[in-house]
Amino acid sequence: MPDQLIYAMEVFLNGLMAGVLYALVALGFVLIYKASGIFNYAQGVMALFSAMTLVGLMEGQVPFSHLINAILGTQVHHFGWHLPAVLGILLTMAVMVALAWLVQVVIFRHLVNQEPIILFMATIGLAYFMEGFGDLMWGSEIKKLDVGLPQGINLWIDETTFNIFDYGFFIDNLDIVATIIAALLVGVLVAFSQYTKQGRAMRAVADDHQAALSVGVSLSFIWVMVWSVAGFVALVAGVMWGTKSGVQFSLSLIALKALPVLMLGGFTSIPGAIVGGLIIGVGEKLFEFAIGPIIGGATENWFAYVLALVFLVFRPQGLFGDKIIERV
Amino acid sequence: MLDQEKGYVTVDGRQIGGTVMDMRNITLRFGGVTAIKDISFDIREGEIRAIIGPNGAGKSSMLNVISGFYVPQEGEVFFRGQKRAPMRPYEVARQGIARTFQNIALFEGMSVLDNVMTGRLTQMKAGILSQALWRGKAEKEEVENREICEKVIDFLEIQHIRKTPVARLPYGLKKRVELARALASEPKLLLLDEPMAGMNVEEKEDMSRFILDVNDEFGTTIALIEHDMGVVMDLSDRVVVMDYGRKIGDGTPDEVRNNQEVIDAYLGVTHD
Amino acid sequence: MFYREAGDFKTSYQDDNQTFPIKFDRYRYYFVLFVAFAIIPFMINDYWVNAVFLPFLIYTIAAIGLNILTGYCGQVSLGTGGFMAVGAYAVYKLMTLFPEVNVLIHIVLAGVVTAGVGVLFGLPSLRIKGFYLAVATLAAQFFLVWMFNRVPWFYNYSASGQISAPERTFLGEVITGPETEAWAAYLVCLVFVTLSAILARNLTRGSLGRKWMAIRDMDIAAEIIGVNPLGAKLSAFAISSFFVGVSGALFFAVYLGAVEVGEVFGINKSFLVLFMIIIGGLGSIFGSFAGAAFLVLLPVFLKNVLVGGLGWPTDLAAHLEFMIVGGLIIVFLIAEPHGLAQLWRVTKEKLRLWPFPH
Repeated sequence: MPDQLIYAMEVFLNGLMAGVLYALVALGFVLIYKASGIFNYAQGVMALFSAMTLVGLMEGQVPFSHLINAILGTQVHHFGWHLPAVLGILLTMAVMVALAWLVQVVIFRHLVNQEPIILFMATIGLAYFMEGFGDLMWGSEIKKLDVGLPQGINLWIDETTFNIFDYGFFIDNLDIVATIIAALLVGVLVAFSQYTKQGRAMRAVADDHQAALSVGVSLSFIWVMVWSVAGFVALVAGVMWGTKSGVQFSLSLIALKALPVLMLGGFTSIPGAIVGGLIIGVGEKLFEFAIGPIIGGATENWFAYVLALVFLVFRPQGLFGDKIIERV
Repeated sequence: MLDQEKGYVTVDGRQIGGTVMDMRNITLRFGGVTAIKDISFDIREGEIRAIIGPNGAGKSSMLNVISGFYVPQEGEVFFRGQKRAPMRPYEVARQGIARTFQNIALFEGMSVLDNVMTGRLTQMKAGILSQALWRGKAEKEEVENREICEKVIDFLEIQHIRKTPVARLPYGLKKRVELARALASEPKLLLLDEPMAGMNVEEKEDMSRFILDVNDEFGTTIALIEHDMGVVMDLSDRVVVMDYGRKIGDGTPDEVRNNQEVIDAYLGVTHD
Repeated sequence: MFYREAGDFKTSYQDDNQTFPIKFDRYRYYFVLFVAFAIIPFMINDYWVNAVFLPFLIYTIAAIGLNILTGYCGQVSLGTGGFMAVGAYAVYKLMTLFPEVNVLIHIVLAGVVTAGVGVLFGLPSLRIKGFYLAVATLAAQFFLVWMFNRVPWFYNYSASGQISAPERTFLGEVITGPETEAWAAYLVCLVFVTLSAILARNLTRGSLGRKWMAIRDMDIAAEIIGVNPLGAKLSAFAISSFFVGVSGALFFAVYLGAVEVGEVFGINKSFLVLFMIIIGGLGSIFGSFAGAAFLVLLPVFLKNVLVGGLGWPTDLAAHLEFMIVGGLIIVFLIAEPHGLAQLWRVTKEKLRLWPFPH
């Protein structure tokens, strides 16, 4: 088998893995959009914030230490303890639920009947606010996140592919774990939304707020729940990406990458987020591999968007999205 | 007696002309659902034509076909003697067809006056440069079209709210503003989609008066969808009755009122 | 009682269509123009020009541009940074390819080039709406920044990838490059802002403006009553991009002097201008001024108070700035979605009646 093809296969597999991580972030978007019609631009920053909180709790950081030091002239930084990962994750989850509740009460309860574009811009404001708040609370330097997930090259795959192709594929263990977790998460979410009472209520709210209210569904409760679930998804994404490349500002840019994923898959579809993520992940990497060297490289900055754009022109609702029917 | 081609004069002295809109064998489908099945009827110049029928009969769809928003899979539309080529809705509007909507479609970000002025957009031709400098053609055009709109505003008695943002108006006034916007374009054919919906008796009387005045003073041909039978029988010259996408009646109000199929499907009978 | 319309009747539609129908407003406008043109240039210094006036004026032009596209025509664009970059690089190439031609002409031409690019990236708006369109404009943003970074022709093959504005003069006075005097830079930008505002005001109050607003409010109904959506949307993209391009050209040539495209014209720039028009008021020329002023003055204010006054480290001030801007966006969207412009309008309404309650 020609060398280029083998390399392409490796790139393809890595693309699939990257796609899974994109899909994870996109999932959070889909959930909130389905339930409330809000396109939550802040999803990426939520992933960043959750990762930062996790690290901060695990390392025993003092929250707002820089601020406190600036005002009081002290030099505190750490409490001195270290928390195990599991406890850290549970506590962070509690923080995310509290955040979901706050967001609902302070912001979106007051914006109930506004147009979608206003809601979207509110989430942009939220994203900026949370970014500043997160930096203020935990500091903006890059942090290392280690919750005990396996990392590094998967030796079994390396050996096996070397035996077949004479070239060992580099597939990171972390990516494999991420894929499995993402698959589990999707399964759980789909089961939850289809088979539980709360899930049904969530789907009712997504269809028609007024009708859901009239059968006794509490809008506030559902929205807090949805934002919490999105927060949980953000946490998982944050842990994955944070372990991979460190907890830093660029994590929030992942949200931007999720946007073309959603455009491809449709804003209202959970399987669409997955498929869209995979297509973008693979497409990006293959394009950069094949054509990148000819036109200067770093095409991953824009390829996803152009791909989604071209796709949208032919199918404005995405692969699985609800067909946009306009009536007069 | 009636001369179908050349027109006639009604009992109250209005001039009804030849055919202005001719729908021939229109069939409209949405996926598996056939909304309109092989319907043909015509609208004569200067008349008031009502389209009635139970809910879901396809009346609004028919209006959408007339205004060019839906393109029928089969059949032809003839406007003023010419077959309608495939065209976008805005091109249909430029030919002189204006309409109001069942669920009000006003531009909520603008005032009443601006909404009515949008009715003149097909007539305003000044170029971008002229508009940017607000000199010459653009300024003159603005004033001329403002005068036309003010006449319509006067006619519909909405002067007092001309600068009010449309979003703040009550339902009845919104419907009147929508009518003003349609009239501002000086249409050859005016389509009204349930103009009386949601109105009380007084409002209906006002709206009926306006519709009659429009037809009387400007000679505008009017096609309207309406559920209030009293209004239909009083206002219209001829009636088309639809049911489940088919035409089940076509004629003067009296003819239709006595049509058994129409009675069974829609009108019903009084019980002692 | 000093702010009133009583007795001031309009007897022609022309008068009724004026931008400032109330006498007081008109005099205030003339007064502001007088101060801006005749007084400030003599009082200005380098700090004020670079920290406050130039960014305020230049961002106002960008805000006017984005307001036309998003506020008046309803097409959300997240590509403002990329289009400003087009303006900057266009003026750079023009200045270096045709050094004899006046730089002011180049700035206008740069706007025209950007208008063309804007139309190109606006074509998808015919099929794609709302959020989907916003994400499509992101394609423009990222692609353009990448292109100016990677295609050497744009930065004249320089080793650093940066572009620097060569020195140019007008009427004997230097207006670009490091030797520019504060008042000269200020006046150039002021003239462009004034002209932009007048042009934008005229376009938005005429039939083109109505077409845009009709598309924004209900594009299907607009098409049914005779508005060609293609023409309306593309003209919005074109004219909006013209203004954004001019602001990008001024930003590079007159204000910064040298630019590295990724930092200066990245996605944050797009958000900044978007925030300006939200806080200032969508669909309002005055709002473009107000929003630009607010978001230029806020960091200056914070820096002076927190870093200069309280001695906090600058990164802390930066974090707070993010929080305040984000928080304010939310506050405005909840309390006054029509922005500062609406607050201003309401204040004027109350002033008209003052001191009477109603």
